[in-house]
Amino acid sequence: MRHHGNADVSRRGLLLGAAASAALTATPRHGQAMPADGDAPPAPHPGPAPVMNPVMNRVSLTVNGTAQTLEVDTRTTLLDALREHLHLTGTKKGCDHGQCGACTVIVDGRRINSCLTLAIMHEGGSVTTVEGLGTPARLHPMQAAFVKHDGYQCGYCTPGQICSAVAVLDEIKAGIPSHVTASLTDAPQPTHAEMRERMSGNICRCGAYSNILDAMTDVAGQRTAGQQNGRDPA
Amino acid sequence: MKFDTPAATNPIDQLKVVGKATDRIDGPLKTTGTAPYAYERHDVVANQAYGFILGSAIAKGRISRMDVAAAKAAPGVIAVVTAENAGALGKGKWNTAALLGGPEIQHYHQAVALVVAETFEQARDAASLIKVDYQAEAGAYDLAAARSGATVAKGEPDSTVGDFNGAYAAAPVQLDATYTTPDQGHAMMEPHATIAAWNGDKLTLWTANQMINWGVKDVSQTLNMPEENIRLISPYIGGGFGGKLFVRSDALMAALGAKAAGRPVKVALTRPLMFNNTTHRPATIQRIRIGTTREGRITAIGHESWSGDLPGGKPETAVQQTRLLYAGANRLTAMRLAVLDLPEGNAMRAPGEAPGLMALEIAMDEMAEKLGMDPIQFRILNDTQEDPEKPGRPYSQRQLAECLRQGAERFGWAKRSPKPASVREGRWLVGVGVAAGFRNNLVTKSAARVRLDGQGMVTVETDMTDIGTGTYTIIAQTAAETMGVPLDRVAVRLGDSSFPVSCGSGGQWGANNSTAGVYAACMKLRQAVARKLGFNAAEPQFADGHVSSGGHTVPLAQAAKDGELVVEDLIEYGDLDKKYQQSTFAGHFVEVAVDGATGEIRLRRMLAVCAAGRILNPKSARSQVIGAMTMGAGAALMEELAVDKRRGFFVNHDLAGYEVPVHADIPHQEVVFLDEVDPISSPMKAKGVGELGICGVGAAVANAVYNATGVRVRDYPITLDKILDHLPEMT
Repeated sequence: MRHHGNADVSRRGLLLGAAASAALTATPRHGQAMPADGDAPPAPHPGPAPVMNPVMNRVSLTVNGTAQTLEVDTRTTLLDALREHLHLTGTKKGCDHGQCGACTVIVDGRRINSCLTLAIMHEGGSVTTVEGLGTPARLHPMQAAFVKHDGYQCGYCTPGQICSAVAVLDEIKAGIPSHVTASLTDAPQPTHAEMRERMSGNICRCGAYSNILDAMTDVAGQRTAGQQNGRDPA
Repeated sequence: MKFDTPAATNPIDQLKVVGKATDRIDGPLKTTGTAPYAYERHDVVANQAYGFILGSAIAKGRISRMDVAAAKAAPGVIAVVTAENAGALGKGKWNTAALLGGPEIQHYHQAVALVVAETFEQARDAASLIKVDYQAEAGAYDLAAARSGATVAKGEPDSTVGDFNGAYAAAPVQLDATYTTPDQGHAMMEPHATIAAWNGDKLTLWTANQMINWGVKDVSQTLNMPEENIRLISPYIGGGFGGKLFVRSDALMAALGAKAAGRPVKVALTRPLMFNNTTHRPATIQRIRIGTTREGRITAIGHESWSGDLPGGKPETAVQQTRLLYAGANRLTAMRLAVLDLPEGNAMRAPGEAPGLMALEIAMDEMAEKLGMDPIQFRILNDTQEDPEKPGRPYSQRQLAECLRQGAERFGWAKRSPKPASVREGRWLVGVGVAAGFRNNLVTKSAARVRLDGQGMVTVETDMTDIGTGTYTIIAQTAAETMGVPLDRVAVRLGDSSFPVSCGSGGQWGANNSTAGVYAACMKLRQAVARKLGFNAAEPQFADGHVSSGGHTVPLAQAAKDGELVVEDLIEYGDLDKKYQQSTFAGHFVEVAVDGATGEIRLRRMLAVCAAGRILNPKSARSQVIGAMTMGAGAALMEELAVDKRRGFFVNHDLAGYEVPVHADIPHQEVVFLDEVDPISSPMKAKGVGELGICGVGAAVANAVYNATGVRVRDYPITLDKILDHLPEMT
């Protein structure tokens, strides 16, 4: 079951690995006790627990422009690979179930919930986290706009909000429609309704939504102005 | 510094830094993901192992047998901690139920085991191998069913003034209505998390905790070890809202796990564990009776509330504001507490007032309608400038009427149609609603240490926390103002139990008290600087990084040229909070549109006009208010922990099932702060706003829905199923 020295994981190998890990995590062994994150029905005949060593796999990917090769448990999410293996803790774990958006990162140009995807699924992928957008000394325009408009409070959902916000403006620019886009033939515009709709996968319990919208509007305006001047500041 | 007489003019009144809208000094760290939260401290200690908590699968009963052999034998597992091997544990003062259950189980998802393994994946997997046999016992899980058996809670007697029953019976206009609010979850974005490391008999916890000193004391009581051997570190906290006031199972289990494993252990509660394992805002049943004259003067006001909690718990103090908010000679408030075997009820943002005003301010709207009065006019008519239970005891400041008047003007209240369901825009029924906001200002001592170094840098150290409230920044503003230096010459270090004990973050008391403590320490530092510089004569001036006295000006840094100056002081209070009632006030205004066909409710506009003393940082204070308005909107429209009344747990225990507002739910929000300084509250002349913002919002939404549809919902949340059958006919 182990894949060593195989950077070019085959589809078949991935499927086998994924199936094994699914079996490991999804099979309830005993009737009464369940881990807190599962309300699975009890197994009828709890037998002796199979002792299985973790299935490890190597994955090579680019994170914030730096090539990384990791030897990870096939069950390791992209989120945990970033946080626990690469110590890029800017990406947050809020729910680990794709319900809150705190773990949003940009993979191959699209924003995803990094808790809902396994690290080994991203062989050859390119990941941008909040750390890759800017640094305290050199903020990305969206980060600077969040500071200016106080688009955060506790700061825990903030990296996910910022990664989403950057990607949302790119999605609108690329003409990708949303649920509230009135016309599928006209190019969507960065309206408040469009931004609110597209950002709704990113929960902010502190309730900074109104300010986040102001920050995004500010950046969207800058971008428009920049384009008019023949520049693309994003 | 003892604060026992109203503040005179002091260095804060310069308002060179304090009172200016200021970007948060922690902003660049938070927006780049470089502010470190509890679970992320790879930097502080090596060789961290991972802990995973198993929660009880029953709500009440006993563990009859527990088999951890398979878990122990699983790959990577280092230790398994249960009540059997954890040793004797005490219980913290602030905990109602034990943080580690077994053999007795007190609530669903009470922690019963911790698995420590080399990796998170291994710990999680091994936790699923633990076999637990339970003997479940019958429990009480239904507040309505337990209501008749509820009793007066210890220390919470009824309050009575005059003859409520007689006056109510005699009142020509009466309202007697019952309202319910559901159990609600804090649902802060950062799960409770802790890294624990032992060094001999000394324990360090990097954790997410709002009240560092409470935490030290409760860890000491729980682990039966001296406080001086415990250190809590919480520089960044991913939201709390009251849910992180207390030591929770992540901290205890990490400490026990680290001891068992012989190495540091990190534990985070999984999201689905949080809702039943930790605390929540308890549900209430509230009966409100108001009697008035025909002209609308309140002659009798009564508010009774029923809530439940585990044995030894406390009531949700939902009647609190009714003792103070409106005039009326005959008064009654009463709380009854039922024993419920649900998870532990406790403080959530504005405990008491948040659910209390959700009921009271609908009742005021209903009463105004009965009287044929405008609801703002009705509230202003019954305004009071003194404590209605203690005539002669004044408010330090009370601008409720002004909040309502200004809000009415800004919101265009005059254009409101008082007749429900009379405004239509296409398929939408449009309505506006108002409610009063009210939350007390609590004063409590708070200490800080201040350092001045040879470069003229001022460093503040206090165990105060910033849970998103903007504490770092207002403390820096306070120190900059007092020491006469620019903001960037101040460093602020928070959330460490090795620093002086602060008020902590809770009850919207953090801003006023913690900055007052910093002010006190800075005033002491000014004396030390003056002494060091030999300025004995007149009171020296501190400005622009310099100190001046008697025509002589030297750089502030010069005072520390022979070595750092370090002083510590605290603010402590006399009896000004006894002599004066100190509270904060708001007028909340909401416009909703309700889909006439589907009953979908959309918020269109929200406005809060607040009177809350000096606003230290209008930028972060505004954020506190809009955030609280957002949480209030959630309480009004969607938030409800659904109780499984047979099994005794909250069913919707994750962020998909427990719905909170998202971007698409929240419109542009406007906040106005009235000009106010309150010299009775502290030398800062400030109060709090973080909870005021949620107080009343829910009722303003409910009243707007009524105005839009003519459907009066008295059971929160106002979901469309409660209005759909009653919507007016579409023409």
